[in-house]
Amino acid sequence: MTALLSVEGLRVDFRTRRGVVEALRGVDLVVRAGETVGLVGESGSGKSVMAYAATGLLDRAGRVSGGRILWDGRDLVGVSRRTMQGLRGAAMSMIFQNPRAALNPIRPVGLQIADAIRAHESVGWGEARRRALELLEAVQIRNAAARLEAYPHELSGGMCQRVMIAVAIACSPRLLIADEPTTGLDVTTQAAVMDLLSGIVARRGMALVLITHDLGLAAQYCGRISVMERGVVVEEAAPARLFGAPGHAYTRRLVAASPRRDSTLESISEGGALPPAPPVGPPLLEVMELERRFGAVQAVRGVSFTVHAGESVGLVGESGSGKSTISRLVCRLLDPSGGRIRFAGEEIGAMGAATFHRSRLRRQVQIVFQDPGDSLNPRWSAADSIADPLRRLLGLRDAREIARRVEGLAERVGLEAGLLGRFPHQLSGGQKARVGIARAIAAGPKLLVLDEPTASLDVSVQAVVLRLLERLRREEGIAFLFVSHDLNVVRMMCGRTIVLQDGAVVEQGPSADVLDCPTADYTRRLVAAIPHFAPSAALEAA
Amino acid sequence: MRRVGSRFASSLPVLAAVLVFTFVLMRLLPGDPAVFFSAGASGGREEIEMVRRQMGLDKPVPVQLVYYLRDVATGNLGRSMTTGQPVVADLVRRLPASLELTFTALFMALSLAVPLGVLAALRPNSLVDHAVRLVCSLGVCVPTFVSGLLLIYVFYYLLGWAPDPTGRLDVFSAAPPTVTGFLLVDTLLAGDGETFRAAAAQLVLPAATMALFVLAPLARMTRASMLAVLGSEFVRTGESVGLSRPRLIGVYALRNAIVPVLTIAGIVFSTMLGANVLVEKVFSWPGVASYALDALLNSDYAPVQGFVLLMAAIFVLVNLVVDILYGLADPRVSVG
Amino acid sequence: MSGAASFVGHAGYVLRGNRLTAGALALTTVLVGAALLAPWLVPYDPVASDVRVALQAPSGAHWFGTDQLGRDVFSRVLMAARLDYAIAASAVGLSFVVGAVIGGACGYAGGRVDRWVGRGVDVLMAFPLFVLAMAMVAALGNRVENIVYATALINLPFYIRFARAEVNGRRAAGWVEAARASGHGHGSVVLRLLLPNVLPAMAVQISLNLGWAILNAAGLSFIGLGVKPPTPEWGIMVAEGARFITTGKWWLVACPGGALMLSALCFNLLGDGVRDMLDPRMRT
Repeated sequence: MTALLSVEGLRVDFRTRRGVVEALRGVDLVVRAGETVGLVGESGSGKSVMAYAATGLLDRAGRVSGGRILWDGRDLVGVSRRTMQGLRGAAMSMIFQNPRAALNPIRPVGLQIADAIRAHESVGWGEARRRALELLEAVQIRNAAARLEAYPHELSGGMCQRVMIAVAIACSPRLLIADEPTTGLDVTTQAAVMDLLSGIVARRGMALVLITHDLGLAAQYCGRISVMERGVVVEEAAPARLFGAPGHAYTRRLVAASPRRDSTLESISEGGALPPAPPVGPPLLEVMELERRFGAVQAVRGVSFTVHAGESVGLVGESGSGKSTISRLVCRLLDPSGGRIRFAGEEIGAMGAATFHRSRLRRQVQIVFQDPGDSLNPRWSAADSIADPLRRLLGLRDAREIARRVEGLAERVGLEAGLLGRFPHQLSGGQKARVGIARAIAAGPKLLVLDEPTASLDVSVQAVVLRLLERLRREEGIAFLFVSHDLNVVRMMCGRTIVLQDGAVVEQGPSADVLDCPTADYTRRLVAAIPHFAPSAALEAA
Repeated sequence: MRRVGSRFASSLPVLAAVLVFTFVLMRLLPGDPAVFFSAGASGGREEIEMVRRQMGLDKPVPVQLVYYLRDVATGNLGRSMTTGQPVVADLVRRLPASLELTFTALFMALSLAVPLGVLAALRPNSLVDHAVRLVCSLGVCVPTFVSGLLLIYVFYYLLGWAPDPTGRLDVFSAAPPTVTGFLLVDTLLAGDGETFRAAAAQLVLPAATMALFVLAPLARMTRASMLAVLGSEFVRTGESVGLSRPRLIGVYALRNAIVPVLTIAGIVFSTMLGANVLVEKVFSWPGVASYALDALLNSDYAPVQGFVLLMAAIFVLVNLVVDILYGLADPRVSVG
Repeated sequence: MSGAASFVGHAGYVLRGNRLTAGALALTTVLVGAALLAPWLVPYDPVASDVRVALQAPSGAHWFGTDQLGRDVFSRVLMAARLDYAIAASAVGLSFVVGAVIGGACGYAGGRVDRWVGRGVDVLMAFPLFVLAMAMVAALGNRVENIVYATALINLPFYIRFARAEVNGRRAAGWVEAARASGHGHGSVVLRLLLPNVLPAMAVQISLNLGWAILNAAGLSFIGLGVKPPTPEWGIMVAEGARFITTGKWWLVACPGGALMLSALCFNLLGDGVRDMLDPRMRT
């Protein structure tokens, strides 16, 4: 079969304020007609740049500085904008991350599909509208005729992505490039959208390039996968081969770091055995019939659970399930509308969130936030952030004593002492996460609430941070309330798991029971929706 | 529609506040309200006493407020000492002059600012962009009363292109029969091309002065919102399906970019109402602002109060119009 | 919490990289310095009239020419800077303090009061503010201090809105919640954390507003409110010169008008520069 798209030695530069940055350093990629290719890599690997270069959508600062992009044997580097405009949409199309932002907010979606059709075919509005309706039906939007007039804000994220797919396939292009098409969608929605996409591609004989950071997703839906690292493709193989016997050192690390059903903390990161787990003690946190309303919205309804001393409990659910609200309630940053929160035998739910900072229990309940960038004061250095709880909660005043303790904490979380003087914008995501953890353990908490602590980190960084957290937990005997949407991470980190839906608990119990043989319908759907790959099974099949 | 209603309701407190403000204004002001609500200083002692009783100035303050509100509701804003006419009549007669000036200026500013802003956004860091930014930076720094005078100097004194910068019509032209009060419209209705040209010639400089003043915020906003929209993901989507450049810029980018410009245009219109005071003074324009100003300087306060109330009423109207346009331009607001 | 030295270093770095800001800073320093030293710098008595030299065009003896009473326009423009800057600075200072406190408190507290204040401020901003100032001067009396209050009042909604938006946007930030977990109460969060984070943006606003305040105050005196002749003040000078513009005496308008424009321009450019200087993301 001939190559539809063939990228040879592609180089792309970006002009930035700090000089020229090489985003792609000689990338090769071949996509044949009708085939599905995965392009995986962590942030900064250049996988999206590759897609934009191929479709001629690089922004002004970017420039192809070498190599060739062959479409049907014809080099697209340096062709006129008009030529590219004729190809885009008709021959190749893209699907973007964040579908809501990718659609014009003030134009009905039907018109947006019709726009795409009329860009390449001289058909009237009536005909374009008729075809738009067919396309909406093809992407399985219920009540399609009515949805033609809908604006993006009236549709859910998953529906917007279906509309986006309809726009992209409107002129039956031969190649579809999907850039992180399901990032930001809930796991069940993600599965539905991906199934739809791969079905459409197969039925219409299109080729698909799936760009993703999620190895499991690529493995499940792609026939061939290219792994990118820092602007080059380091390895290319069928999924079974790639995950069963990765050839390149980077691929090996990446595969190992991606949490799977059978992953353990020892398997996803290097560093030998962890210290033994502490014994589970008496109940530390008891939450009873917790309620929280925001206006008319009931965010948390009648939630009860217990966390024992030294134990790690997972709190999972999709967006809007109330898990972040619960973590703020437990941390006494937010007042409950009803129910009780007992901590170490004391009724902390009754103490107002506004005055809880004066309680001696404040230092025993600490929290680590999701987005490490957002959780650090932009005007404070790393050392300032870590020192803050030492001053406020432990009442330390002596500058030298504080500096000594800050350095000790930095060492414990694996943060180089040289980085302590830096401001948040000068630190990487992983480093910021470490500062956040150091700050949370500075006052010696008994309970640490972790609100999606690794959600915005690359898998390799996530693996290291998860291991760090687990080591701290075992050494200090801290109890964890671990909030996450990633079931595989929860399985590794938590002895017990609580599943939330719409602010209520649907199931709780030992992680192995809940996640391997769920009893609740909702949990079953959650578990089934996780993209999975089992290297050993895949190898046998191959 | 419900949104428009709720916005209307939310601007009622402003009207109420302005009413109370003008009431307090009247009571704080030096002099006796009864004196200038009667026929002015010429009124006899008995007449003043009668007016005082009529207005209820011998009653307690809250009662006076009620009387005052009743007066305002029935359109009784008192008499101007300077003109001897009821304030309402004066305002009605002079309002078209102010509105004609303001609308012309807004039209000039918008028809210049929007294309300039779009052009600058389409080619960031180009010569056009730098020029627009320079104009914007300078524009906000030039007070209308200075730019107006300098325009007079250049176009009247140096070049002799503009007519004598006084009033709405030169002394040689006869005013057309009043229909709308807008000279440009009335002359056309009367089929009087000569006078139309004369009126337009008088209008150009003051309108240009005011337009220059608001050009900067409008162009700046257009440029910023156009830049933001051009960098947005849905424009990239449009590009990715091969939409033509004109369609992308016209339908996808410009229509979205115009929404914030609309909001600003409402504020700009308000600013122009304020700037009217200065421009009307510079060009001896017989509008409501110069009327109020003359009265103010003559310690004739009834017209000032009437003027402030009129501004408040116009302001509420303008906000409503902007809201309706906003709702038409952006489907999102009708839900939120 | 980085030291003052590092800030000075950073400011130097920004100034070196941005000639326009450096120029604006230099010019502002000259203007403010000239205003402060005006009584010792003026070549002539700014209020002494001499009808023999009335309405002379700019020359070596009278750099900015003379007015209808033969007063030296250059001396008057220089002396007027004192008054105009003082009015603008006190008005902006007043509205900054009041606005920051009200806006900051509302933005952090949220809730119904905040919504009402926000709505009220939005509405007030859309009102013809110059008319409001006019009416206020009329009500309080035609005096200089009332010009200050009126100018402060019409600046106030901008500060309230600004402080409110800035604080509100950061209220739910992770680092604010983290600080509460680290033992900060609400008061401490607002005073020690949020306000220092908001101040740079507010400083930019001050600088931008100074220009606006100068124009507004001069506008009020142009129409005959506040300052009285023969006090040298830019607005009055333009108003007096307006009578002679149709006979070509341009300097009576252009010189005080130019001083107004230059001042406003400097403050605006400086505002943009200050924003760069105080932005920690620009520090490398």
